Amino acid sequence: MKFVDEFRSPQLIAKTGEEIRRLADPKRHYRIMEVCGGHTHAIYRFGLKDLLPSNVELIHGPGCPVCVLPMGRIDDGLSLAAEPNFIFAAFGDMMRVPGTQGSPLEYKARGMDVRIVYSPADALKLARSNPEKHVMFFAIGFETTAPSTALTLMRAKAEGLRNFSVFCNHVTIIPAIRAILDSPDMRLDGFVGPGHVSTVIGCRPYDWIAKDEGKPVVVSGFEPLDILQSIVMLLRQLRSGKAKVENQYKRVVLWEGNRAALRAMAEVFELRPYFEWRGLGFISQSALKIRASYAEWDSEQRFSVPGVRVTDPKAAQCGEVLKGVLKPAQCKLFGRECTPEQPVGALMVSSEGSSAAYFNYEHRKPLLPKSGSANRKSKWHMEPAAKRAAD
Amino acid sequence: MCLAIPAKIVELDSQNALQAIVDVVGVRRRVDLGLLQDAPPVPGDWVLIHVGFAMSKISEADAEDQMRMLTMLGEAEAAMQEVRGYGLENEPQDQSGPRLKQ
Repeated sequence: MKFVDEFRSPQLIAKTGEEIRRLADPKRHYRIMEVCGGHTHAIYRFGLKDLLPSNVELIHGPGCPVCVLPMGRIDDGLSLAAEPNFIFAAFGDMMRVPGTQGSPLEYKARGMDVRIVYSPADALKLARSNPEKHVMFFAIGFETTAPSTALTLMRAKAEGLRNFSVFCNHVTIIPAIRAILDSPDMRLDGFVGPGHVSTVIGCRPYDWIAKDEGKPVVVSGFEPLDILQSIVMLLRQLRSGKAKVENQYKRVVLWEGNRAALRAMAEVFELRPYFEWRGLGFISQSALKIRASYAEWDSEQRFSVPGVRVTDPKAAQCGEVLKGVLKPAQCKLFGRECTPEQPVGALMVSSEGSSAAYFNYEHRKPLLPKSGSANRKSKWHMEPAAKRAAD
Repeated sequence: MCLAIPAKIVELDSQNALQAIVDVVGVRRRVDLGLLQDAPPVPGDWVLIHVGFAMSKISEADAEDQMRMLTMLGEAEAAMQEVRGYGLENEPQDQSGPRLKQ
């Protein structure tokens, strides 16, 4: 298998970079937040910041579900893993995330039955094939993964499969954006809207950001050109003084979202009155809980967990980084006490966390050419690891 | 978990209309179509998969772009690992099938 090993339209990327420089008013400073961790990863990986003028600043948002999950929730989930005949199942992303007594992988090393699954449907299969055990799926994610958890719970209920439950940590993106906009030390000019979340929720839920807050939103794809085009669209709106929601990622995102996915979520979940986000604190109506009609498949309603709140070390400044007040490297712990291998703060625990992305990519040679040299093909690099994967 | 993996629908499950076998660069796995039940895909269609569930229909060209982008993000291996991880038992073996255009 050979993957195409170049970006789509390098000339177009260079032209779009020029368009951004043309549109950006040199007398203004633009602060644009990309909400989604996938965008943050792509921005660092492709060195997109190098194509932007210095007065167009990207602020990295809260859209990394692993990063924003409070440690107390991990402790609660893992407290059940110690029960006899219990299988703790979670996505691979969760396996190295530390709780106070260790990560799921460390629990596994201590002899507890911890399994990686790649789909909630596979956790359900585990329950079918292990009828003498209880399988708990530790669910995380935004609206991108919540519908899959919902459908899985609907199947479990339809089958009457009683040895399966979900420990639900699903969160919703809109209240987090609201919390950030309400924060007094936050000044943003616009948003690069999340791509995959919008596949589910569509573009309408962002309307209030444009109408009430006067900030433009452009739902964006993940390729370098997508992100740069979205920045062009935002700058055009800012220049015209109008704010609206636009969809740059039309090839995947429908304006009205995915109705079947929204129906499944509405059937199974309701909003929690409040939920804690690592780095941001408690945000009202920002997370999903399982409805009483599915209580039998809700780990929290079925079992008792300690429910102890664990605060992050004071020295970790993830909250300030999340709100764009500090850059990742300005945090006191960055790169010393806190690294992707030994994360202390929320933003270092996943490759989509902005501190980890900064740590992994900032000092590497950018994949994209610096501005002005975009047409020189020799500047195009692929990292050796990616090349190996391509072969 | 946050990867969107492009896949081609190879065949629908005759027992369960909301399941299909898909092909991701030669690896075949069962995925769930429940989230596309309003406009179910048919064999030959391309979809984006999140955590074992087809989430949206896309064009073949977009599928290629998506796989190329996963490669450039350094995520192609993780994506293939995820696809291989779908389905714990009673699944078809890997087999070469239609591939992304080379």
